[in-house]
Amino acid sequence: MTAEEIAQIVSLCRARAGLKVAADKTYLIESRLAPVARREGYDSIGELLAAIRDRREEPLIWSTVEAMASGETSFFRDRDPFREFREEIVPPLARVRGGAPVKVWSAACATGQEVYSLAMMATELAEADPAVRIEFAASDLSRIALERAQSGLFNQFEVQRGLPIGQLVRYFEKDGEQWRICDDLRQRVRWRRINLIAGLRQIGRFDVVFLRYALTHMTEDAQRKVIEDLTFILPEDGVLVLGVREQVAGVSEAFQPVFGRPGLYRPNPEFRAAAAA
Amino acid sequence: MRTCLVVDDSRVIRKVARRILEEIGYEIAEAADGVEALAWCRAAMPDAILLDWNMPVMTGIEFLRRLRAEPDGEAPIVVFCTVENDLAHIREALDAGANEYIMKPFDGDIISAKFAEAGL
Repeated sequence: MTAEEIAQIVSLCRARAGLKVAADKTYLIESRLAPVARREGYDSIGELLAAIRDRREEPLIWSTVEAMASGETSFFRDRDPFREFREEIVPPLARVRGGAPVKVWSAACATGQEVYSLAMMATELAEADPAVRIEFAASDLSRIALERAQSGLFNQFEVQRGLPIGQLVRYFEKDGEQWRICDDLRQRVRWRRINLIAGLRQIGRFDVVFLRYALTHMTEDAQRKVIEDLTFILPEDGVLVLGVREQVAGVSEAFQPVFGRPGLYRPNPEFRAAAAA
Repeated sequence: MRTCLVVDDSRVIRKVARRILEEIGYEIAEAADGVEALAWCRAAMPDAILLDWNMPVMTGIEFLRRLRAEPDGEAPIVVFCTVENDLAHIREALDAGANEYIMKPFDGDIISAKFAEAGL
């Protein structure tokens, strides 16, 4: 790839999705875009980019940006946040909401392992206390990732990354060489394609937002914008869950870390008051 | 140091598993079938057992049932590691007292994750 081609990808990804693509990671760019070029009927990444320059076709642009955005995920990634979700985050919220569902959003859900792990926790919570109701929404920029997430199909490697065997037996069926998550969990989730930098203030209120390891791959400006928007969709007692060791611009002003719970944040009421003024 | 008994009739698999488990801090003993494994356990009960299913002389599932009936046989964490990858086999293993279950092929990530999930 030429330097011009790489510059074109970097600026496209930044403009459309706030993505920070490292220009020196040629290998990563090639491994992500070669399948896009093939799928769209081009002989090379160069031809794909030339077509984007010449014709500015939106679907082609988005296929390219989405391929660069796709993230990696696994069931119960980092483990602790899922235990905290079950034991510390949901029960007090459910009590305060008094029978109304606790609304949870898995943002940048990739292929769905995170939201399905949360849905398993919700099933266990409801068994212990049927009054606990939770609604799940999940979103990603990548339509391909969303389709895979929605299918609920995972390969043998994926179901062995983070998923305890008891949960596999309980929630999955074998489907050929793949594993399919049960309909109960699949149907609990509403799926949407959401571009995080396109403005989140209209998407409604969520009590809990899981947004882990996505902002890391975005520019500082994009991080600040997303974090600020999140203060408008999370209520005062809501919880934002970032990656355990994730450093995000703007979060220390807009949110307050939950003591002893790396990655967990609550909205900072002072920031909200200042933003509303 | 924690000990792990690797039970598999393939010398290559035992070697690969040994390398991975040594890296995460286990002292390794090896057995090539269930009878050898049982002899090991009677001599010195390990903290963990990585267990193949299909082996000559005594299969993994038979070994596991006998182990759980031994004095102190409830103590070791047992992680199956086998090509059997259908729900019937997995359920049978869990019913017999397995703590975790790995479907081959495996790699270092899967072994360390599964050992962590089994509470090791």
